[in-house]
Amino acid sequence: MAVDRSRLPSLGPERPFRFPEIRRATLANGVRVWTVEHRQVPLIAILALVPVGASSDPSNRPGLAAITGDMLDEGAGDRSALEVNEALGRIGAQLDLEVGHDATVLALTTLQRYLPRGLELIRDMLVRPRFEQREFDRVRDLRLNRLLQMKDMPPALADRAFTQLLYRNHPYGHLPIGSEGALRSLVIRDIGAFHRRAFAPARTTVVAVGDASHEELGAAVAAAFEGWAAEPDGTIADPDTFPDPTAPASRLAIVHRAGAAQSELRIGHVALPRKAPDYHAALVANMVLGGQFVSRINMNLREDKGYTYGARTAFEFRRAPGPFVLHASVQSDATADAIREALGEIRAIRTDRPITRSELELGRASLTRGYPRSFETADQIARGAAQLALYELPDDYFSTFIPKVLALDEADVTAAAVKHIDPARLLSVVVGDREKLLTGLKGLELGDVADVAVQ
Amino acid sequence: MNLSYTKHTLPNGLDVLIHEDHAVPIVAVNLWYHVGSKNEVPGRTGFAHLFEHLMFEGSQHYDRGYFHPLQEAGASLNGSTNADRTNYWEVVPTNALDLALWMESDRMGYLLPALTDAKFANQRDVVLNERRQNYENRPYGLAGMAIVSALYAADHPYHWLTIGAAEDIQAARIDDVRAFFQRYYHPRNASLALAGDIDAEQGLALAEQYFGEIPAGEKPDPVIVPPPQPSRQDVRMVLEDRVELPRLYLAWHSPGLFKDGDAELDLVAEVLSSGKTSRLYRALVYEQRIATEVAASQNSREAGSFFQIVATAAPGRTLAEVERAIAKEMARLIERGPTAAELERCLAQAEAHFLFRLQTVGGFGGKSDQLNAYNTFLGDPGYFARDLERYRSATPVLLRAAAETHLTPAGRVILSVVPRGRVALALPGSQPVAVS
Repeated sequence: MAVDRSRLPSLGPERPFRFPEIRRATLANGVRVWTVEHRQVPLIAILALVPVGASSDPSNRPGLAAITGDMLDEGAGDRSALEVNEALGRIGAQLDLEVGHDATVLALTTLQRYLPRGLELIRDMLVRPRFEQREFDRVRDLRLNRLLQMKDMPPALADRAFTQLLYRNHPYGHLPIGSEGALRSLVIRDIGAFHRRAFAPARTTVVAVGDASHEELGAAVAAAFEGWAAEPDGTIADPDTFPDPTAPASRLAIVHRAGAAQSELRIGHVALPRKAPDYHAALVANMVLGGQFVSRINMNLREDKGYTYGARTAFEFRRAPGPFVLHASVQSDATADAIREALGEIRAIRTDRPITRSELELGRASLTRGYPRSFETADQIARGAAQLALYELPDDYFSTFIPKVLALDEADVTAAAVKHIDPARLLSVVVGDREKLLTGLKGLELGDVADVAVQ
Repeated sequence: MNLSYTKHTLPNGLDVLIHEDHAVPIVAVNLWYHVGSKNEVPGRTGFAHLFEHLMFEGSQHYDRGYFHPLQEAGASLNGSTNADRTNYWEVVPTNALDLALWMESDRMGYLLPALTDAKFANQRDVVLNERRQNYENRPYGLAGMAIVSALYAADHPYHWLTIGAAEDIQAARIDDVRAFFQRYYHPRNASLALAGDIDAEQGLALAEQYFGEIPAGEKPDPVIVPPPQPSRQDVRMVLEDRVELPRLYLAWHSPGLFKDGDAELDLVAEVLSSGKTSRLYRALVYEQRIATEVAASQNSREAGSFFQIVATAAPGRTLAEVERAIAKEMARLIERGPTAAELERCLAQAEAHFLFRLQTVGGFGGKSDQLNAYNTFLGDPGYFARDLERYRSATPVLLRAAAETHLTPAGRVILSVVPRGRVALALPGSQPVAVS
């Protein structure tokens, strides 16, 4: 049978997909236990979420939450730092310890038969970290060295400058790793105090996903966590009470990097929180503007102009309003033109080139038809569930995602773009060679070019 | 632990591998061409990768970019080039399988009629920007080039990295694209794997339907390279870079992908640097605190691998100290081998990694990608179980022997990357190396 190449084949009927069922329970001490059966491969993913992250750093201690998280596997319970690591290795576990702006997450994937051991290790790290002085000294040195090395990494420099200029003194105004001065001034007591304040059973959600029944998963989590009796020692600010950040002092800033081979760009402003009612509409608007390969900004900057290997935009959703931001690394002699084109695209989507019907359909289709893909592995499912826990999303969130996106029309999506992306407020940060770029940047007419010193 | 499949070869020579997994209504389409930067020649380096970019710019019957219809159908898609192969993949909802096969077959059969000077010039700029972003503007980004250029002679195809030299990319011509396509992009030099929510018979029929009409082409001659002669003396080089901390690279020639000793050296790398209780991490980073990080790896490739250790000196510590500490640990490993307990831990990790790789049908490293790797390099997509057995049958004695044979104390390529203007921080006797 010859192929008809005069047109693309049409899509067949969609196959149904049952989103994983999360079964929810709460232990007497307040730990929420969520389980999902996922039986394709004999693996288990265990994830512990504590909704406390870098935004809970005291203002004079940026980096405290992150180093506390980093210290969790440096000796816990009956095991020294080396013994924790050896135990993880012996069950073939892959451990990720992540501290973001809003949360600390421990995620571990291991073989199904090691479910109890994996939980015991996660529990000890979360509940019984040792926080020993010599381990702290070493871990702090490693973080200081990391900060030192970040001075030569354009993406890290851009993220740091963008974050600081955008949020200033707001709890989101620093990267989780913090600053050199704050890290140096920390003492081990700070870590222990922060842990006692932040890590409490009533704040914790443990998600177990994998090749076992709900009952087996739930019983194993309960056995590991039911003995945890701590009360939080102090309070953690609720992100709903964070003040609005004050507007940046300038609209264009440069971090000088002599002889840079490219310019690293961040362009954005503070936007909306994860719980905003028009979350889905904002997602679709971003798909059209810069959220996928065929978006306007990537097609312009990469596929038309060849200025960059790729440009993308995203709303970084958090509990309090997170940033809308464009990321790109562009060739130096096209820096001003790339910024001009990007700003032009952002402006146009709200004014003279509104979102068309076909763009709307493309954006909605990419999001919805691709959605089941994110439920393939136990770890993906655990992380998806953790989003529901962190942002207090409804239980039927997964199964209502597709209908909610499909119900959006051009007006909804345009309204979200207009509301949440404002060209007049955009801050542009450039990491590049100041001497070579200054004339071109001044031509953008974004006011004075602020110099940002590398700390 | 197994990775089931069926294999058929179409009359035009295209291998079709199918793996059924109905857990999620998605199918992975994964296509390998047995061509990479190893097939390039000096003066035209970087070409296989530049060519890969052009595969996304449209083909004769759909000439409006490759991404649009697939992203609209809910696909994720990408491609990559390395020294030995180029791969392309889509993960699509089951109902878009026809679309993905139509698109992949159209660019295999009908790329050239849609090729234009404008597309070529645009993607050359994009690739030059990729190079700036991932190599030139990145700390230590040029070290890999210095290492392979010293390990391999100038006419050896592993002498350059897949990204190639900037001047070669600039010198590429559109006629080169045509010749390259005709030589390497045809069914006889390709392997198609479909994995996911698909019936094996139906999958084969679809593959036949979309790819069967494409002429076979001639199988390219394999790239034959003389086995590199490991030096009996260390080669010491220094590269100045925009970095804060000096970093040391040690590299040795090692057995090729799937050859005797390859899995053993992969495990040796685990013993040396996987986790805090690994030999090098524990000694250099945890106990002596002379390094901020250390990584060992067996970089397995078809025509010969290299084993590499990379360590960054802690502030105030010297690369000479770091080198001595590494040499001491290597000597200890070569003398006594790993302990049974160490090997047990590394095997547990290796087995877990085999299981982790069974979790996804597509993408880089998913099941479809693995089937194609085994088929392309060994002609045996069923190699998964034997691949695992290569690890399971390892013993402390075998690991010791592999380390002793290949990781010789004096046959190393050693690169010091130091902050600009501070060449004195390099290992003594290092010669400046020019890469850009």
